[in-house]
Amino acid sequence: MTSSPSRSAPKLSCRHVWKLYGNVDEHLKAVDVAALDTGRAKSLAQDIRDRGGLVASTDVSFDVMLGEIFVIMGLSGSGKSTIVRCLSRLVEPTAGQILLDGEDLLKSTPKELIDIRRHKMGMVFQSFGLMPHLNVLENVAFPLKLQGMDSKERLSRAERVIALVGLEGRESSFPSQLSGGQQQRVGIARSLAVEPEVWFLDEPFSALDPLIRRQMQDEFLRLQQDLHKSIVFITHDFLEALRIADRMAIMKDGAIVQIGRPVDLILNPVNDYVREFTNDVPWELILTAGDVAANTTPPPCIKEVPASTNVADLLPYLASHESGVAVRGEGNTLSHMTSQSFVAALASGISDASAVKD
Amino acid sequence: MKTISDRPFLVWASVTALVAGLVVFSKGLGPPVTFPETLVVPVTDPMNAAMRWFVDAFGWLFKAVAWLFDWPILFAKALLHSLPWAAWFVLTVYVAFRSGGPGLAVFTALSLLYMVTFGFWTQSINSFALVVVSIPLAVALGFAVGTWGFKSDRAYRVIMPVLDLMQTVPAFAYLLPILLLFGFGTTVGLVASILFAFPPMVRNTIVGLRCVSDEVIESGLMSGATPAQLFWSVRVPTAQRQILLGVNQTTMASLSMVIIASIIGGTNDIGWEVLSTIRKAQFGESLLAGIVIALMAMILDRITWGFAVRSNAAVEPSASGWKICAASFAAAFILAYLFPALREWPEAWIIDPAPSMNAALEWLFVEFRATLEAIKTAALFYIMLPIKIGLSQAVSPFTWGFAVTPVIATAYALVAAAIAIFLIVRGKHQKALGIILFCSVLYVGLTGLSWLALCAIIVALAWQAGGKNLALWVGAGLAFLLLTGIWEPAVVSLYLCGVGVLLAFSLGSAIGVWASENNTLSRIVRPIIDTLQTMPLFVILIPFVMVFKIGEFTALLAIVVYAIVPAIRYTEHGLRNLPRDVIEAAIAIGTTRRQLLWQVKLPLAVPSIMLGLNQTIMFGISMLVITALVGTDDLGQQIYIGLGDGDFGVGMTAGIGMAIIAMTADRITQGFNRQIQSRLGTKLDNAL
Repeated sequence: MTSSPSRSAPKLSCRHVWKLYGNVDEHLKAVDVAALDTGRAKSLAQDIRDRGGLVASTDVSFDVMLGEIFVIMGLSGSGKSTIVRCLSRLVEPTAGQILLDGEDLLKSTPKELIDIRRHKMGMVFQSFGLMPHLNVLENVAFPLKLQGMDSKERLSRAERVIALVGLEGRESSFPSQLSGGQQQRVGIARSLAVEPEVWFLDEPFSALDPLIRRQMQDEFLRLQQDLHKSIVFITHDFLEALRIADRMAIMKDGAIVQIGRPVDLILNPVNDYVREFTNDVPWELILTAGDVAANTTPPPCIKEVPASTNVADLLPYLASHESGVAVRGEGNTLSHMTSQSFVAALASGISDASAVKD
Repeated sequence: MKTISDRPFLVWASVTALVAGLVVFSKGLGPPVTFPETLVVPVTDPMNAAMRWFVDAFGWLFKAVAWLFDWPILFAKALLHSLPWAAWFVLTVYVAFRSGGPGLAVFTALSLLYMVTFGFWTQSINSFALVVVSIPLAVALGFAVGTWGFKSDRAYRVIMPVLDLMQTVPAFAYLLPILLLFGFGTTVGLVASILFAFPPMVRNTIVGLRCVSDEVIESGLMSGATPAQLFWSVRVPTAQRQILLGVNQTTMASLSMVIIASIIGGTNDIGWEVLSTIRKAQFGESLLAGIVIALMAMILDRITWGFAVRSNAAVEPSASGWKICAASFAAAFILAYLFPALREWPEAWIIDPAPSMNAALEWLFVEFRATLEAIKTAALFYIMLPIKIGLSQAVSPFTWGFAVTPVIATAYALVAAAIAIFLIVRGKHQKALGIILFCSVLYVGLTGLSWLALCAIIVALAWQAGGKNLALWVGAGLAFLLLTGIWEPAVVSLYLCGVGVLLAFSLGSAIGVWASENNTLSRIVRPIIDTLQTMPLFVILIPFVMVFKIGEFTALLAIVVYAIVPAIRYTEHGLRNLPRDVIEAAIAIGTTRRQLLWQVKLPLAVPSIMLGLNQTIMFGISMLVITALVGTDDLGQQIYIGLGDGDFGVGMTAGIGMAIIAMTADRITQGFNRQIQSRLGTKLDNAL
């Protein structure tokens, strides 16, 4: 919802990734995972579970476009942390492909992998994962030090990133002397210090207070406007996902339930599981005029608004103007939005609207 | 509610019946009461023969190693002696300042001045030279073994039990094989101190490396660390604090072993100073030298501790500080050439209060002789002897005012039976068993008790604490004690340590409870127990020997004073660190302070207090061995004799026997503690 992702080849692709724990050979050896369709993958996973295996990821596939924020949302135990670790090979996937710029990451040698992590990937952790024995500056410069960069250059680069996340003046503090929000800024700065192309954030704000969390989300979005990284962002907070996602995936039991723009998920949830999340969403804040407008030509001589206008801003006007507004969408097309069409959009997300019997 | 038919009850009922039967009918039974001598296996001679063969065959190798080890010691001594004391003074005080701030610096300065002005500088340096050489070797060895144990699960499974054994075999017993292999000389102290000091380093290294959080490791990996970088730049520095705590413990162990090692004598070090003066009954001198050891221990402890806990804080060692230090070091060096007193403290200036101290002590003895004697005899006749040789022997017209006639013995039995029956009527069957067991044992005393009865009690305890496996292991250990013919001294050890631990634990936990409720007391007690804990065991003996001379009572006091430390510490810690919400909930319900303590805090703190009991026993045992110096007749004495005579077989069987007692006590208390913890649903780590 921030900047629109460019529609080129995906930066990072996850293709039919499986992760099993326990006796892996026995379960997946003879299976060509790429050839499985969703239904068969599902029944295979169930089959493995029945035989006592542990399935952390079931046939997970998605693409992350260049400059896109891709959010993976799921409750705890849904396998989202496993997937992001498979993407960086902190966890070795059992089957499938991880394509970074079209190259299969799973085929790279340990040495190549270290090189990729040093230059192309950055990761932010839920509990920050800072080195307790290093101060802020040294923590941020740590990945550069591992690369063997000379001390002057790495420190000046670290200082730049520290300024970027707004921690100037705290360079010589140790992690234990910082608040949670500040520690996570260090974590973010460290992951950005290598100027990664792909940026993984594993529930980066979950350990923070709600107010700080909100503030960090804003800053995260501000950073992304300048940096245009390709991002995989893990969260269990649906509202957080809505705020920052360009596209998002909802996971359950190791499998992806639905992928799409937040609005798609709200307006067209594939099942009750997804609908459960959307129930609590303050829709008027999410929906835009373009999402709600009926696909009919508006009557002449009414007020006109752009499609990206937030519905909440239109409500007072709609309340007093039965004729509604004209909505100017992409390609200069006009559509019609009335209070009626807003109510219709709201109704689409509610599964059992039986308060009033026909 | 336990029923009569449940299994532990049945087991204990039969044990009680057996014990009571053996006590009542002890006269005509023979073998079940006194272990038949024909069954004792003569292990000491073959062990000595084997050792002699080994020394003949490989002695040259160890002699060569000894020769090799001599060099760093000589070098360290030469280096330490070549510089004027004033130069070392400046350097040490600065290091203390860096580690612990101005307070520690002042303390260190005063301590060093004491060593110099009281004329103990040379001896201190000689001891310190050994410590200085042994620490890096022990640390390196410990770190290497710890890393190996961390990397390989199989190694871990081998290392842990070996460490358990090494840490329970008494320090004295270490010296013996080393003495035989390496021959007399300073190397014995060095090798013993390395072997004795590296186990804590291994443990701390393994714990430290294991406890690094997954996210830190993952963030290291994502920073692109190679396996070597991950270990040296991420894992080791993150575990730094724990590893440095290991260095601290290793330092203390090393120092205490260096002191103990002086028992084999010959070298002009501070441990020898204490020992030789004790033997000559020059208590003033030995106390003065003992203080030096205590000060050395405290300085080393606080400095290494300071570096361990400060390592993550924001105190950057400033370059200018080191420059000032170097400048003063040089200045002290030059000044020492101008003023020889700064180089070597003149003999004439040495303060020697020892003669006047001895005189004062003499006066004290004359003046308070009656009181001291009264204390000693009271403890001996009314507490120690009844437990050791039983009421049947200890009670005599001379001490208690009456003799144990058959009538009195019968009355005693009837009273015990009456209490037991009363308890059974009230439904307290277990307590009834306890009373019968207690009265039976007390009647004949631990040494008078049949071996079969004592074994039955211990094995039953082990069974209840840890199930069939533990019972089997303990049974095997007891069989070792019986078959190698060291049962009698082992029972004396059990008695001395048992009484000591009983007193230390009841006194210590009472103080701990009080200190947990009273901040002033806590502030007073804490530095005292900290100091006691860092004190080499030797030193604790000195004041008691001064006042009460040698004997079991002195040994007992030393054990109590040393073993009281963990009893206090764990009790207070356990009571002060309970879950906040539970305490708040209890207060909100409206408990009085007394109710809160007795009905909420104490039951919840039981695991921690039990851990304290476990540690009290371990402390007691380690002190027990040292008390052989003041003339006990237990296993510790056997080790001491073995050491004196170079008798490997005698010393080693006694050493292993002591380790068996220690491990049995450890496993049984830990087993009970686990049961309590699983009932409370808590998990407690031994973090103190």
